[in-house]
Amino acid sequence: MAHDTEVLVLGGGSTGCGIARDLAMRGLEVTLVERGNLTDGTTGRMHGLLHSGGRYAVSDQASATECIEENKILRDIAGHCVEMTGGLFVQRPEDPDDYFQEKLEGCRECKIPARALSGREAREVEPYLAKDVKRAIQVPDGAIDPFRLCVANAIDAERHGARVETHAEVVDLLRDGDDIYGVKVRHDSGPGKRTHKTPGTTEEITADYVVNATGAWAGQIGAMADLDVEVRPSKGVMTIMNVRQVDTVVNRCRPKGDADIVVPHETTAILGTTDEEVEDPDDYPEEGWEVDMMIDTLSELVPILEKARTIRSFWGVRPLYEPPGRGTKDPTDITRDFFLLDHEERDDVAGMSSIVGGKFTTYRAMAEQISDHVCEQLGVTASCATAEESLPGSENLEVLEEGMDDFGLRSPIARRSKQRLGSRSPEVLETDEANPVICQCEGVTRAEVCDAISQSGSDLNAVRIRTRASMGNCQGGFCCQNMASELHPEYDEETTREALDELFQERWKGERHALWGEQLSQAMLNYALHATTMNRDNDPASAAEPVDYGAFDTGVR
Amino acid sequence: MAIEDDVLVIGGGLAGATAALTAVEEGVQVRLVTYKQSTLRHASGLIDILGYTPGGDGPIVDPFEALSALPEGHPYERVGTEAVRDALSFFDEIAGDAYAGGHTASNALVPTHGGTVKPTARYPVSTAAGLATVPKDTLLVGFETLTDFDAPLAASHLEAAGAPFEARGVTVAFPGIVRDDAKINRYAHLLDHEETVQAGAGETSAREALAATVDANLEDESRVGFPAILGDEHSDEVRADLEDALGVDVFEVPMGPPSLPGMRLEDLLYDALSDAGVRVTSGVPVIDYESDGDGAIDHVVVDRHGQEVPYRAEQYVLATGGLVGKGVRSERDRVFEPVFDCHVPHAAERYDWFVEDVFGEQPYARFGLVPDRELRPLDEDDEPEFSNLRAAGGVLGGYDYAAEKSGAGVSLATGYVAGGRAGTEASR
Repeated sequence: MAHDTEVLVLGGGSTGCGIARDLAMRGLEVTLVERGNLTDGTTGRMHGLLHSGGRYAVSDQASATECIEENKILRDIAGHCVEMTGGLFVQRPEDPDDYFQEKLEGCRECKIPARALSGREAREVEPYLAKDVKRAIQVPDGAIDPFRLCVANAIDAERHGARVETHAEVVDLLRDGDDIYGVKVRHDSGPGKRTHKTPGTTEEITADYVVNATGAWAGQIGAMADLDVEVRPSKGVMTIMNVRQVDTVVNRCRPKGDADIVVPHETTAILGTTDEEVEDPDDYPEEGWEVDMMIDTLSELVPILEKARTIRSFWGVRPLYEPPGRGTKDPTDITRDFFLLDHEERDDVAGMSSIVGGKFTTYRAMAEQISDHVCEQLGVTASCATAEESLPGSENLEVLEEGMDDFGLRSPIARRSKQRLGSRSPEVLETDEANPVICQCEGVTRAEVCDAISQSGSDLNAVRIRTRASMGNCQGGFCCQNMASELHPEYDEETTREALDELFQERWKGERHALWGEQLSQAMLNYALHATTMNRDNDPASAAEPVDYGAFDTGVR
Repeated sequence: MAIEDDVLVIGGGLAGATAALTAVEEGVQVRLVTYKQSTLRHASGLIDILGYTPGGDGPIVDPFEALSALPEGHPYERVGTEAVRDALSFFDEIAGDAYAGGHTASNALVPTHGGTVKPTARYPVSTAAGLATVPKDTLLVGFETLTDFDAPLAASHLEAAGAPFEARGVTVAFPGIVRDDAKINRYAHLLDHEETVQAGAGETSAREALAATVDANLEDESRVGFPAILGDEHSDEVRADLEDALGVDVFEVPMGPPSLPGMRLEDLLYDALSDAGVRVTSGVPVIDYESDGDGAIDHVVVDRHGQEVPYRAEQYVLATGGLVGKGVRSERDRVFEPVFDCHVPHAAERYDWFVEDVFGEQPYARFGLVPDRELRPLDEDDEPEFSNLRAAGGVLGGYDYAAEKSGAGVSLATGYVAGGRAGTEASR
């Protein structure tokens, strides 16, 4: 029977994109489908910590070892997505001494470079640490841009022949007896580019093998073929600060607890997180007390956070899983290991495996193991090369840094553009056209926005995650409209207007969790610009009734 | 030694300036203190009275007709319709030839830089030729280095909005702009000062070069619209020269910040303050006050570059703006007015300050002081906070200027009434 593709990967997060890249590089024919944008699920809703492994050095040494190995690999293959900030595990006077010692020894056992610092030494590294911080352990934690990383995987998969289809929701698994042979997807309507299919239509995609890499949604996919995949989605809040109060990752050094990490990220710092089991990964409460707890608890480590400006908060859902029978009550106790559920072995239904659990830092290693499994199923012998081959944007970064001028951009903007684009910088920025800054907060130029549009079409949220435009202090108040303007005339006025409305609303969604102080003033200014100055809230072009222009002042005396 | 005046106005935006100009007409000594740059530079420079009802009906043709139906507590209801008319006439006198629209009670519809239209009562004379109600075919001109105005998109949007004319947009290079990130003022400066620029064959003036560039793109349109960058100090002259060279009407489309029409309005107001003899002290914040123990303010304390200086007056007008101007501030668990700590009603729960639809009925947009009909801010028990304090403009609550398009009108009307009362009281 002819199939549309050899392997069909469900889910466009880090795991799915990593698998698609791995298999495509091995020469397999791959199709990936994602319900929303790439990174729409858990990957786009995390704090972007590149683990050193220190976090797991006491509780789960196998994971810790895996983390430090992958940490090194990602620095090599994805340098343009990584900032090696370093990290500190900070002990307050009330935190247990035993645990500090266990953490230090655990790091050494797992070959994680770790050094104990006195309180004074720790404050030399991070001057804003609380005065009474007792000690700290220094480890090679880092920050990683999950959007950039995920998109780079998808781009490389495409370069190796994969089809990557976003805004394609799986509505059914195709099952014939004991064999799963594909999926039915619905192509979504909305502003995105639809290069393959028309919005609103459905498509059946058949495959030799299906990989369910939908994370917290894996149970919902399984249920379409009457398979029980018991993921236990667990939500966590993250609060974004408008500047970096710290330049290294700051962790609380105690056994476990909510609100115990600050990750510096580009121009911001991200506070995280909570861990609370939810029923439905698409529908869970986002509550003010969670935001308050981030600020109040982390202020014990970094007191200035109490008075600092937050620009938004967001929630993510972990795809936690534990094998049946363990019955762990507290989600913080559930392992962060990943599990490959071969439904043939487990349920006597052939043609599909589900991937559950796991963590972002080890996405590549997970993808490698899963791809090995898929190859075994399909009788393919090709081996994995993802640990050696750099991702698009990260090839020859040192050479690039030396040999490149600044494309006529002011140097801070050029520096940031180069950091974002890595080795793709010349291809994107060398232009004869005027290249003004579109997003002032993040220093994103027209060339970058147009490059992102060429990748993702009229979906401005996809442009946003590729460029960081609209993700700074003003949360898009000043630049959403300018981003939308770049869609025209390739996309018509109505599409452009809808894309703008969608982005503006999306920016508001997270910002409303930060509505006090400076950010409430910013929100009012944004509202005033869009409603008062532009009258976008009462736009006659979107109104049901036409305006009677003749009834108004015509300026004639 | 305290600085002594009869009336002290705190805040230098439209409401504060209007209050000071009204008060000084009573023959008293008036001082205006301002801290930061006023929010006029964020504003379009249009004078909106009321474009939509609080229920969202509109666009309203005759704003005055709609005023009487406003709910109790709305700033317009507090001062009454006549005061709004008087305040607007007062503005017309101050603005003179710089603003148009005073010949009719009807709102005009002005194209916005996003390409929609909005109702407004008065518009800068530079915008007058561009009214969307006028059925004249229009060429919009944008500049490739000016990202806030995409002329072809705006033209297409105007058509989608049903504007009764053909609109076409072109994007050109602005003669003399060599940096991709030149500031707005740079464009205006080039035209204001007739700077010499390189154009095609040789050197020419910026105005001539711009006219030539546009002329090459002009078909049979009878008016040309530019983003609002056509000069600053000499904008009338710049526009007149372009009209002469092109042989068609030329207008400006109001823009977001930094907004030249807003800054021109600010200049106009400060010239008027100077002419009227109002003393202006700028760049200093009011940080505290002392009451006289009898329900009145004795003096306020101004931080003059690290030195705390008392400023005393008979009467005070608070015109420090809303959330944007920081006359209303907030913390995680409260909303407050920072100078006198006047009562600001708000829900105790922060998550009740907003609704999910970004353009929905936003409670935060209505944060501000509750005044009596004399515009004295009221405390929780509906008693005046101070006998000699009035409030005007954005610091007042109970209305959503963004949704209603009523910001400038409320500032004018309440500034006019608060300033007038303060002046009268102080002259007794």
